[in-house]
Amino acid sequence: MTGSNYATERETTEGRVFTVTGGDWDDVVAGVDPINEGRIVVNMGPQHPSTHGVLRLILELEGETVREARSVVGYLHTGIEKNLEYRNWVQGSTFVTRMDYLSPIFNETAYSLAVEKLLGITDDVTERANTIRVLMMELNRISSHLVWLATTGMELGAISIMLYGFREREYILEIFELITGLRMNHAYVRPGGVAQDVPDEAIVKIREFLKVMPKRLKEYEDLLSGQPIWLERTQNVAVLDVTGCLALGVTGPVLRSAGLAWDLRKTMPYCGYETYEFDVPTHPDGDVWGRYLVRLAEIRESLKLVEQALDRLKPGPVMVADKKIAWPAQLAIGVDGMGNSLEHVAKIMGQSMESLIHHFKLVTEGFRVPPGQVYVAIESPRGELGVHAVSDGGTRPYRVHYREPSFVNLQALPAMAEGGLIADVIAGGASLDPVMGGCDR
Amino acid sequence: MTDDKPTTGGVPVPVTPAGATSGAPAEFPPAAPAGRGMFGNQGTGDVSGFGGLVRQHREIEDSPRPYGGYFDEVRDALEEAYPAFGEAIEKVVVDRGELTLHIRPERIAEVCQVMRDDPALRFELCSSVSGVDYLGADERRLHVVYQLTSMTYRRQVRLEAAVSAEEPHLPSVTSVYPTADWQEREAYDMFGVVFDGHPALTRILMPDDWEGHPQRKDYPLGGVPVEYKGAEIPPPDKRRSYQ
Repeated sequence: MTGSNYATERETTEGRVFTVTGGDWDDVVAGVDPINEGRIVVNMGPQHPSTHGVLRLILELEGETVREARSVVGYLHTGIEKNLEYRNWVQGSTFVTRMDYLSPIFNETAYSLAVEKLLGITDDVTERANTIRVLMMELNRISSHLVWLATTGMELGAISIMLYGFREREYILEIFELITGLRMNHAYVRPGGVAQDVPDEAIVKIREFLKVMPKRLKEYEDLLSGQPIWLERTQNVAVLDVTGCLALGVTGPVLRSAGLAWDLRKTMPYCGYETYEFDVPTHPDGDVWGRYLVRLAEIRESLKLVEQALDRLKPGPVMVADKKIAWPAQLAIGVDGMGNSLEHVAKIMGQSMESLIHHFKLVTEGFRVPPGQVYVAIESPRGELGVHAVSDGGTRPYRVHYREPSFVNLQALPAMAEGGLIADVIAGGASLDPVMGGCDR
Repeated sequence: MTDDKPTTGGVPVPVTPAGATSGAPAEFPPAAPAGRGMFGNQGTGDVSGFGGLVRQHREIEDSPRPYGGYFDEVRDALEEAYPAFGEAIEKVVVDRGELTLHIRPERIAEVCQVMRDDPALRFELCSSVSGVDYLGADERRLHVVYQLTSMTYRRQVRLEAAVSAEEPHLPSVTSVYPTADWQEREAYDMFGVVFDGHPALTRILMPDDWEGHPQRKDYPLGGVPVEYKGAEIPPPDKRRSYQ
């Protein structure tokens, strides 16, 4: 052991500590006395390629069997909830979009729905705005599931799927860039509607994507579904049944892979989801394999939803008519990103002083939200994404709490991992699809 | 920022917020509680004439019956299944199409048990547990908010329990809803609410040795002033802003 490039050991009060950054497992355990030290504690992360960011796992092992597992979170805590209390309601969009960085549109939509409910303007949101929201959310769901597929594949040793998954996700990010001006952190869905209309080129690009994607999905299935190693690594691994899911608060694809068709888009619809036709895929086994199948099927359902949303996209306003809430300017994409359109700037600076005053008041002061509290939940790619928003009647949120599915779902990791093999901790953890930016906020 | 801040050649250096090191709030009672004045600025003179405005906080009031929707059913079912209803439920509020039951803090675990197990209620899922600090508006300023979801009936209800900052204790609901484990730890971490009976109530998002509870309203946001085109922009919580 000593002298090796990969592992060093030192004595501490807790026993001998090995630092392992690679190499062969047999070399590592060769230093452990198998009779007197039956159990070893392995600290995995917070910097580890298979922990989806900065998740830290502390595993107590007996041979290769995990006896106890504990997860430690908080390494990516950025205080977004506290920061929101010091910005006005519209600025909140730019903060929440940065929480779960794989599903920014969902963060924004949940926040906007909560603010709209507080304002009592839920029914005033235009049909086109709602359709665009659904369109964007479903595209985002596909891109999020693709990253899940790509990273999980990589973690279980299927490197090629990683490249394919990210390739198609790139396509969606390009669509997002075309519509919102940014690949991530869009701040596109705003209280009252969306920031700007969808350009025609984006529609063309989405139609192309709809043509390409089913073939690509077939490719993924050809790569993985019949693959004996993939089957071995996923079937009957990290099983969690419906009772376990509900006790631990697990929602989303993991709950549906255990057989319960609970999807907030169906059960408590928002943004007009009740008018769309789609199915909620489930699987009876509650294992990693089931989660894989459910997520693939959800991509197909999302494609259906995107197509329906495109078909019903009728011209119309994308913001509420109330000038006291709607952002006064149309936005345009300039050389340095998205900003107020030049026509609007010319108007307020050169023609209309009233418009200038109105613009100034709305941008600096913002709108006031009547006091009260609401809770709004939507179905994100990871499960129930809830926003508890409290207003004290001022221009800034009094308190915004995100019920993050990554945070809640990660509690289930010990239940999945304990008693299994250490290799299955990776499969189980990956199948929960935690995003630490969302988990730690 | 005050004048005694440490500087190196005109470049502002971060000052650790007082509450972060001592555990004590930066200024308590705060000089300008939320809702005082219109612009929330301190220090420089407020020439607007709105500095004396005090926004009134509304008392929480019982909503009149019938509440509408499934709310009446939920209330009646709870009243029937839970003998101590009159004593445990402080207020029933219906606002913006949502039902909130204000519960005596010491009863919260019992009420959750009934909410989960009674066949007419069946709130199987505890969606969210979080805190809100109503500093200056409520003597029992720390509110813990539970969002319960009934998958059987497709219903949502909010339970709210208020405790004071001096005696921030209430029973943990982890024995009823194991999912509350991390969420209660977060509420403890951020607000300092102590959930008695929680299996391991430790900090979860902040470092283990952190002092103070950052989401409390008297805990400063922190931040450093930034120089932009020659002018110094103060950190967000020191800026003049509308309230």
